[in-house]
Amino acid sequence: MTTDLAIIGAGPAGLSAAIEAAALGLSVTVIDEQPAPGGQIFRGVERAATDPALAGEYGTEGANLVRRFRGAIRYPGGIDYRPSTTLWHLDTEAGLLSLRGEGGSTTLAARRVLLATGAQERPVPVPGWTLPNVMTAGAAQILLKQAGAVPRGRTVLAGQGPLLWLLAGQLARAGAAPSLLLETTPRGALRAALPAGGFWRGRAMLAKGAGLMLAARRAGMKVVSHVTGLRAEGDGILRRVVWDGGSTEAETLLLHEGVIPSTHVSRALGLPHVWDEPQRCWRPEVDAWGATPHPLLAVAGDGAGIGGWQAAVAAGALAALDAARRLGRLAEHGRDSRAVPHRATLGRVLALRPFLDRLYAPGPAVLAPLEDATVVCRCEEITAGQVRAAAKLGATGPNQAKAYLRTGMGPCQGRMCGTTVAALLAEAQGLPIPEAGALRPRAPFKPITVGELADLPGG
Amino acid sequence: MFLPRPEPRPATVEVFVGDAPVRVPEGATAAAAVLLAGIPAIRETPVTGAPRLPYCMMGICFDCLAEIDGVPNRQACMVEVKPGMRIAPQHGARVAKVEA
Repeated sequence: MTTDLAIIGAGPAGLSAAIEAAALGLSVTVIDEQPAPGGQIFRGVERAATDPALAGEYGTEGANLVRRFRGAIRYPGGIDYRPSTTLWHLDTEAGLLSLRGEGGSTTLAARRVLLATGAQERPVPVPGWTLPNVMTAGAAQILLKQAGAVPRGRTVLAGQGPLLWLLAGQLARAGAAPSLLLETTPRGALRAALPAGGFWRGRAMLAKGAGLMLAARRAGMKVVSHVTGLRAEGDGILRRVVWDGGSTEAETLLLHEGVIPSTHVSRALGLPHVWDEPQRCWRPEVDAWGATPHPLLAVAGDGAGIGGWQAAVAAGALAALDAARRLGRLAEHGRDSRAVPHRATLGRVLALRPFLDRLYAPGPAVLAPLEDATVVCRCEEITAGQVRAAAKLGATGPNQAKAYLRTGMGPCQGRMCGTTVAALLAEAQGLPIPEAGALRPRAPFKPITVGELADLPGG
Repeated sequence: MFLPRPEPRPATVEVFVGDAPVRVPEGATAAAAVLLAGIPAIRETPVTGAPRLPYCMMGICFDCLAEIDGVPNRQACMVEVKPGMRIAPQHGARVAKVEA
């Protein structure tokens, strides 16, 4: 059996695409690594929607989106939803997906494939970031969503971006307000970002941000601004957080410097990518419908460029409309007229993005750590200095550096180090970061066991 | 180390982290159980033996690799807890196991 549309990921973009495509009569299969729908932003929302710490759009709009998806699954001939299932290979010629689920490995044929694989947090390679109890801010938020859990003792947040303030407010409501926020936004960044505008159309988002900042400060969180020289120190476990001009004891350090598209699968599939200079990251090349130049493949949501969950919902619907048009279920004018409200949404929810991108642009030391001793590849424990030495030996890009150093050959396959290695190589050669290129990962996209491979039908 | 909040999320599933029983809420992952158990490390790295705990909690960093119900090198943050699940730390590189 061939599914019309295979959607990888059950976050806002994937859920929205599935609902829209099923309503247009397409057979839809949703593949998701998580056991429940919602993606990272609405993770575990069916269980945690009433947690007062998570009150807000998570418990309202998030819960509603997942409810609509569950409703669409029940509709006969609707959506084949496969949770706890990982895509580990995709044959783009045959339209054949290799999946690993709880019942072992299977294959699935699809007429069109939508990657809705979302974002990951940008690596924050500061000295000591591999110490136990140094985590990402997103990790702490996931623990709150999936288990209701909060960090014990003195918690320090460090970095910049809306998520840090959101998390600070949520932890405060959960009775575990962070002690300190070390904000790395440099002096003058706000003034430089103001001309980007978008404040009137983005006023709801601005008001939300201001409310979060106020709530976190009211709960007793201190803020240090313009922080540089951030480092974590400890003896096999985090003890102290140190920065230029200060230090503090800490039991948990939560790092965040924004999110970047998760391009692991789109890169492995050989899709063309473009460098997004305002967001300092790569994103797959897509048209206004999320379609890539490959006839089988589309990308929607944060995986195609960071825009947040509301933009992802709109982009998912647009990709579904385009899939219906390509599969002959919708005429072009039908697709275009149905797209109008989604395009209006995109215009509204992306209005503030240029301002946020300028204000929270990661500093050069985040992209390419200054100290040679800083670990950049967490798996193989390769330092910034080793990457710089490889550049001197002639490594021009991360794929070459991988052969020199094993950066990208550990279990994470370069998800954590790829961007940092490229930035260090570019710096050493005096080139802009995109000139260094990006890692080309290969299948399996996630590790599988030999047994799972052997169990494949016809294997 | 993380603390549970039983008011919104009662801890109803008992799992074992190492040999110690830990109760965690439904929907939590093995990595959450590790952090709630409060152990100092879930693995030591194959290269230098450095201790690690979960870092990203979303399947990206692979720092939460653990032996879960006898299967090594599993991403603990991607595995939902089940009653009686056994989550064991990993020390250094794994040795291939051949099953008869």
